[in-house]
Amino acid sequence: MPAGLRFTSITRSFKTEARSVAALAGVSGEIAPGKITGLVGPDGAGKTTLIRVLAGLLDADAGRVQSTGELAHPRMAYMPQKFGLYEDLTVQENMTLYADLHGLDPALRAQRFSELNRFTSLGPFANWLAGNLSGGMKQKLGLACTLIVAPDILLLDEPSVGVDPVSRRELWSMVRALQGSGIAVLWSTAYLDEADGCDHVILLYDGRVIDEGLPSVISGHVARRTWRVVLPTDQRAGRKRDLQRAAATLPNVVDAQIKGRNLRIVTDRDDVPPDVTRASMPGLRALKPEPTPPQFEDAYLAAMRKQDLINESQINRRPGIYSQDPGAITQAVHLALDLGDKPQDDGLSSRAARHTNQTLATPVIETKDLSRRFGNFTAVDRFSFAVSRGEIFGLLGPNGAGKSTTFKMLCGLVVPSSGEALVAGFDLATARADARSRIGYMAQKFAYIGHLTLAQNMEFAGGVYGLARAALTHRIAEVAAEFDLEAYLHQNCGELPLGIKQRMALACAVLHKPAILFLDEPTSGVDPVTRREFWARLNAMADDGTTILVTSHFLDEAEYCDRMAIIYHGRQIAAGSPDEIKSAHADGDNPTLEQAFIRLIDDHDRTNGVRSAA
Amino acid sequence: MNAPSVEGRGFDRKRLAGFVRKEWLQVVRDPSSIIVAVILPLFLLFLFGFGVSLDAKHLPMAVVIETSAPEAHDFLASLRATPYLVPQVVENRIAAASLLRDGKVKGIALLGDDFGAKMNGAGAAPIQVLVNGTDANTARLMQGYVQGAWALWLVHREHVNPGSQISPVVAQFRVWFNETIDSHKSIVPGLIAVIMTLIGALLTALVIAREWERGTMEALLTTPLTKSELIIGKLVPYFVLGMGGMSVSVVVALTIFQIGYRGSFIVLFISASFFMLTVLGFGLMVSTLTRNQFTASIVAITGTMMPAILLSGFIFDIRSMPLVIQVLTAIVPARYFVEILKTLFLAGNIWSVIGPNMAALAAMATLFLTITFRATRRRLA
Amino acid sequence: MNTPDQPRLREAIARIGFLVRREFLTIWRDKRSRTVLILPPILQLFMFSYAATFDVNNVPLAVFNEDSSVESRDLVANFTASRTFTDTARPTSWPEAQDLIDRGKVLMVLRVPTNFSRELKSGHSPEIQVVVDGRQSNTALITLAYVNSIIEEFSRERAQTLGQRAQPPVLVQRAWFNPNMTSQWFIVPGLGATLTMIIATLISALSIAREKELGTFEQLLVTPLRPYELLIGKIIPAAVLAMGEGLLLGVLGIWFFGVPLRGDVAMLVLGLAVFMLSVTSCGLMISALTSTQQQAQIAGFCYIMPCVILSGFTTPIENMPAWIQAITYLNPLRYVLVINRGVFLQDMPALVALNQLWPMAVIGVFTAACAIALFRRRVL
Repeated sequence: MPAGLRFTSITRSFKTEARSVAALAGVSGEIAPGKITGLVGPDGAGKTTLIRVLAGLLDADAGRVQSTGELAHPRMAYMPQKFGLYEDLTVQENMTLYADLHGLDPALRAQRFSELNRFTSLGPFANWLAGNLSGGMKQKLGLACTLIVAPDILLLDEPSVGVDPVSRRELWSMVRALQGSGIAVLWSTAYLDEADGCDHVILLYDGRVIDEGLPSVISGHVARRTWRVVLPTDQRAGRKRDLQRAAATLPNVVDAQIKGRNLRIVTDRDDVPPDVTRASMPGLRALKPEPTPPQFEDAYLAAMRKQDLINESQINRRPGIYSQDPGAITQAVHLALDLGDKPQDDGLSSRAARHTNQTLATPVIETKDLSRRFGNFTAVDRFSFAVSRGEIFGLLGPNGAGKSTTFKMLCGLVVPSSGEALVAGFDLATARADARSRIGYMAQKFAYIGHLTLAQNMEFAGGVYGLARAALTHRIAEVAAEFDLEAYLHQNCGELPLGIKQRMALACAVLHKPAILFLDEPTSGVDPVTRREFWARLNAMADDGTTILVTSHFLDEAEYCDRMAIIYHGRQIAAGSPDEIKSAHADGDNPTLEQAFIRLIDDHDRTNGVRSAA
Repeated sequence: MNAPSVEGRGFDRKRLAGFVRKEWLQVVRDPSSIIVAVILPLFLLFLFGFGVSLDAKHLPMAVVIETSAPEAHDFLASLRATPYLVPQVVENRIAAASLLRDGKVKGIALLGDDFGAKMNGAGAAPIQVLVNGTDANTARLMQGYVQGAWALWLVHREHVNPGSQISPVVAQFRVWFNETIDSHKSIVPGLIAVIMTLIGALLTALVIAREWERGTMEALLTTPLTKSELIIGKLVPYFVLGMGGMSVSVVVALTIFQIGYRGSFIVLFISASFFMLTVLGFGLMVSTLTRNQFTASIVAITGTMMPAILLSGFIFDIRSMPLVIQVLTAIVPARYFVEILKTLFLAGNIWSVIGPNMAALAAMATLFLTITFRATRRRLA
Repeated sequence: MNTPDQPRLREAIARIGFLVRREFLTIWRDKRSRTVLILPPILQLFMFSYAATFDVNNVPLAVFNEDSSVESRDLVANFTASRTFTDTARPTSWPEAQDLIDRGKVLMVLRVPTNFSRELKSGHSPEIQVVVDGRQSNTALITLAYVNSIIEEFSRERAQTLGQRAQPPVLVQRAWFNPNMTSQWFIVPGLGATLTMIIATLISALSIAREKELGTFEQLLVTPLRPYELLIGKIIPAAVLAMGEGLLLGVLGIWFFGVPLRGDVAMLVLGLAVFMLSVTSCGLMISALTSTQQQAQIAGFCYIMPCVILSGFTTPIENMPAWIQAITYLNPLRYVLVINRGVFLQDMPALVALNQLWPMAVIGVFTAACAIALFRRRVL
């Protein structure tokens, strides 16, 4: 019996120590049966709060939630952002627990379990401890536990955060497959391609619905403002990411994104192409923009920018860089990082900055046959790569491929079983403290103390790297302004939305102007606008000589890497620049990195048997 | 109207069974709970069963004899005769005082040069006894021992030399339940109560806070699991473990410490069950109220350890405490169980003692579990 | 940042300074952890100082007097007038008296037999019966001592009133350092050390385990903090907090409980400081060994509980069997108790105090070294 959910004028505010913050300021909408309703919006827009109110886990201050079907109380299933699997129980035990709790008839169990196992392909792992599953499989198991009794309404809070592209597709098709049974699905996401695939999208901003409708209708708002330029294949015109940055700084451009071999550009007025003639790079001036059909991402970014501008003019609340001229990002980064002009004490990045044209032969990060075994499980298997100064090097791979272990070996947190990992010529596990002061590290998991304020955490992060009191105060102010964190400085960082936390973590990692940055999934769970800002910063830092090693599940971001390695089951299965990887491992006119990635993994699985969980 | 809560109605035995099974699996997977429930009490019982002793024996004392009267040596001999004192003759007062100050001896007996004269003269001959009052209990015990030796000496003198002085009254002492005044007999049963209080609180103090910290609570809240099922589900596995630990402790008390048992084991089982519910309930209450493992840890340890040691009557007699404190001990569950155990072990099924204490435990268990139930929220904020 | 003219030491101190600040904030900013750390020790000092007493007062007494003579009433009056006993019941039969003890209504029964006055007058030594409940052995033992002294007093009084023959020798008992043998004088200095030890151990034992659980420990390890800096930065806040609390409890002891402070305050502070360092080092070693807060809590408990029981705080170490006495040398609490009580009550000579200081320092240094070695092992 199909049932939907209608919510009207939902308000909800939270009291912090100082004031009351409205998370939802009158939100209305509908989740229709048989459809996937997407919920998108920047971090802190109130997505999680709304879902929790709908799930009955939070009481709204005001407003109504009603069933639209014949059932007064439709059966609801909710999968929290971090689904609480019992990691010390097996896959089967977790499922049995939820079957018991939901009162699933034992007679129906065997059938339901096998259905779900087929659905999730978790069958072979029934006796694995949930804690040993990869991130993607955990999410699938979470979904299976949520769906143990077929619900009328399914609420999913960012189910694809931290999930690799392959698992993400599987997760999406699992939910799509539910459509036939008439379930109403609410899917909150930071992935705009997912939003594009929804039947209906609700755009949330600052606790308000700013737009809703079919994704194609929303995309239609920017229909005559989207353009593309085909990037030249030779490098003489300039690196892709430099071209992208040059395009983004054009006066009438709202957004510019690398999409495979193309550069997608959104302008601020209908039918006015980006004014490439005014570009700072000659390589860009030579290119000719042509109109292209709009995508949801374009519309989303345009909408966000508009809201930011409105907000700014009204209360000047979020004096963000993004809301200003995008070109300012680069300038601000230069300013804030003091890159280039002031000589750096640790020598590495300063030299790089001074000799930007000089290619230095010695790599900054280098591994030779790096391996790590845990018992009889090999997490990283003879992995060798080298990263030069000022390079952005991407480490890609499905969940559990060995990315984090490699990272930890480089940072000296895990001792390699064999092989070498050298950072700036040092083995960080044994290096003196000052060697460590040259790196900045951002862990996958938010690693700051939740009940300290952002400023307090930053003070420690900078101070412990040797910034003296006066310099520290100055630097915190600088970085806070630059990362648009000023409004949050005196809030406890544990209460902040995920995206802000990630921004803060990066801010902390660069406080001491490290020569080398290690970023482990820095954009996981971060909204698209913030991700763009993030990468703009990384690019600027790399240009000024910072060496960056980064992992990500967003393959569109990986386009910004100079080079990358794709690892799977602890082994490198491909390496090279994004274009090299695409041309070697994907077909088609303008293949995306994601296609190449999925193809690589599939090929590898075909030759090596079934994909295993770890 | 808001969306209806997903909470199920009433009480579903299958749901509870499923939840208990999960909790039990977690216990089995992480051996630390089993270690806490069974190994830890054994370890503590051994350590404290041997270590905690109030029987001050062989207390060193200095004896200064400044007189040549033969009675002085008579007295010394009677001091030597008690097993509790180890007298050593010291030359002079100064040497004795310095021994006392350095803690080498716990007391001094001084027989002055007028001792002999007064013994045979009219006045009462004084024997001065100085004890180190720093440790008031040992001091008091020592005074008691000297007094006992002295009383024996008087009786002895009366026998040797009848009619030489007024005949002293002789007290015939009988100590019931613990004829040899062996402090182990009174301490070990109490110790079981103290240890199990701590074990119980340790077992459950983190179990709900952990669900909150690990994010599993949010998922549980989306299921029809009711509050009472949650609480009972958290109690049952740890109750089984705790009772296991209790049984092991009782067996050790009976076999290794050779403490006799005079009561009924059924009564023991019933009262132990009430007690277990009380302490597990306390742990759950702390866990529910704090939702944070760090705070829960500190509250559980500071809230149980010292009160159980000091306010339970296990070492310090509650009857000797000021009234205010006596009233306060009413909220220390260990106090009731200490009394029940001491009675069962040393005296037997004395219902007039066991009944009220059992009732108090039942009341406390109800109180803690009610607070836990009230404080359990099916909402996030 | 690392110019040669800036001494490395200064940088290290600066790093430690930032870590210390962060730790203090971490403990202090959370209202619940603040309350939980500060309030209980103070409340417990008040509660336990009154509770932890071996003084035996108000012992409920049943008198079964079968001899209705002046002498027997005199004897009974000596008991009932004493502060030690409370005249609770006058059973009329022996079974009734027995029942009173069984049920715990009285702790002692005094039975004066029918022939008491006859024997007394005829110059024989009359016997009386004293039955004591042995369930609380210490109380029983002290009660017996009181009974002895009351009987002795009775005999002496009789001798005086009758002016009869030679008087028995007098036993004059005095106590040094604590003339009234007030239990609180003994308990309060010990309790202060014990309560602060619990706090210091818990803070330090949970601190790294918590960071591991939250994932912040890895972030700490990639910073330039050296293992020993990390250790010092973790020790200082816990030690300072507990130390502050210890001193507060000491002041309360003096002001409120009237415990005399006869010795050198500096020695007391020094003793407390060394004690705190050794306790927090132990706590950090526990923390470095464990990976979750639950494990740290259990391990911390397994450390604190034996330390408290086997310290001489409640029961004298001398009473313990030799093998347990040997174990107590590993217990920092045992040493600080000697210093605390010695300084408070008897102006302990510095040399004696120093003899207690160095073992604590050794324990501290050893466990600190173990903790550092464990940090070096990093996460895996």
